[in-house]
Amino acid sequence: MSTLVRDTGTIFRRAMRTSLRNPAWLVISLMQPVLYIVLFGPLLEPIAGQLGGANAYQVFVPGILVQLGLFGTAFVGFSLIAEYRAGVIESQRVSPAPRAALLLGRVLRDVLVLAVQGVVLVLVAVPFGLDASVGGVALTIALVAVLGGSLAAVSYALALTLKSEDAFAPLLNVVLFPVLLLSGILLPMTLAPGWLQAVSDVVPFKHIVDGARALFAGDFGAPDVGWGLLFTVVLAALGAWYGTSQFRKESG
Amino acid sequence: MIHARGLSRTFRKKRGKQTTEVVAVAGVDLDVEAGEIVGFLGPNGAGKTTTMRMLTTLLAPTAGTATVAGCDLLTDPVGVRRRIGYVSQAGSTAPENRAGEELVSHARLYGVSTAEATERGKQLFAELDLDGLWERQPKAMSGGQRRRLDIAMGLVHVPGLVFLDEPTTGLDPQARANLWQHIEGLRSERGTTVFLTTHYLDEADALCDRVLVIDKGTIVASGTPDELKSSVGGDLLTLTSPRAAEIAGRVAGLPGAEAPTVDGDRVSCRVPAGGAALVTLLRDLDAAGIEVDGVESRRPSLDDVFLTVTGRSLRDGEQQPAAETEGAQA
Repeated sequence: MSTLVRDTGTIFRRAMRTSLRNPAWLVISLMQPVLYIVLFGPLLEPIAGQLGGANAYQVFVPGILVQLGLFGTAFVGFSLIAEYRAGVIESQRVSPAPRAALLLGRVLRDVLVLAVQGVVLVLVAVPFGLDASVGGVALTIALVAVLGGSLAAVSYALALTLKSEDAFAPLLNVVLFPVLLLSGILLPMTLAPGWLQAVSDVVPFKHIVDGARALFAGDFGAPDVGWGLLFTVVLAALGAWYGTSQFRKESG
Repeated sequence: MIHARGLSRTFRKKRGKQTTEVVAVAGVDLDVEAGEIVGFLGPNGAGKTTTMRMLTTLLAPTAGTATVAGCDLLTDPVGVRRRIGYVSQAGSTAPENRAGEELVSHARLYGVSTAEATERGKQLFAELDLDGLWERQPKAMSGGQRRRLDIAMGLVHVPGLVFLDEPTTGLDPQARANLWQHIEGLRSERGTTVFLTTHYLDEADALCDRVLVIDKGTIVASGTPDELKSSVGGDLLTLTSPRAAEIAGRVAGLPGAEAPTVDGDRVSCRVPAGGAALVTLLRDLDAAGIEVDGVESRRPSLDDVFLTVTGRSLRDGEQQPAAETEGAQA
């Protein structure tokens, strides 16, 4: 067994254990998707026709899934700053474990958490009236898991560079807020005026959201599905490269 | 165990467009043999931690070479990592996790099996007086216990060489004395070579076979604590008397004495073999009818060594009691 696989597994199990030991975190991370469906979903039902789909949840749930992928994982860097301060990162960096394992083990935990959250979200949405392609839903959850993994890697890398919550929090807000608005996560960008659509076309996450919506509708051949997959794969590669390079870098 | 030549580290600090270079370590040569406990002594900011971070592969040197535990630092860092333990000042465990689990998952990173790691871990807990704390969260441990847990983390893969970065900083006196015993035990019971940094003189004195004194990024003195102390030029005699000036004249006449200093009714002077010199001196003074109120002969400390080599007290920069500066003013 290669050391990369073994050490990734060790770091993953340790990270998972740390998360599961924190009951507040467990409740919040499972409640979040439920609250979206229960408290925000009903608002969209009356305007379902305008959203372009027959079923409001078919449009809404994919957006919330991508949002989970973006926001749930963008903040994981905070836990790394706490670990850094406790000396955990240093003590793992003096071990012979491959640097990629130190990153991937943690990212794997975030991917698993995200997948579970996604499944909960979809299951909760079904009694509210979600009607979607089963294959499309499964593929979307997989897509979101990979997307979330790449963002988690970037989040860890940034946290390791900044090493301070005070610097990390504003950076996240500056980046994530426009992304949230421009991705058409909450409402599809087709509702937007021309100039705003043009701006949002540049944001890769918008295409991932649109791809996920097409997948939910069972439209596997839609161009946005291809674009969404491509962007996700590119982001994952970039995230893995950037994250590992930060773990490899000497910390001065 | 450690052979370093010309090890240097320069940090670049950017302030606006200007880049300033800060030399943290300027060409350190050092050799540590197997089975030694070697102390790296110096004030805060002298380059102790930077040197240690280079030797433990955490920081790349900007110049120089080193062999650590038989592996080349620059070409085989993974080999070095496999063979050393490192106990940093920052700790090594997450406060909410269980101590035992942290230890086992750390050992797994060195390829130790879970069963083997558990067995070794429990044994280390017993050796380091951590019995019954296997399930404890580090946040619920005392400072001394946490430090010993960090040491256990650094030893679980049975390294031949252990780096301890200021192991007793922030501990109360009892916990310090206790930890010293354990550090001594690393060598006597496990045959581990220990390289530690400290800015406590008594620590270097009590624990180390050899002391390297570092100041401003260079090693300014090295030797056994006794060698270093004898390089200071003798014991410090201090006599209190209303006729201090007359005494000063006689003290200066003692063989090998340095120039005495007079401060009010106190005379101090460094004299080789101070005890014997004092006997002769007191007899003379008695014969001359010069009364003496108080006498003290003090063996030189490592602080005196530091003062002699660098011209500054090791405690400079920390809080400096008024009494410390008295001698210098006189």
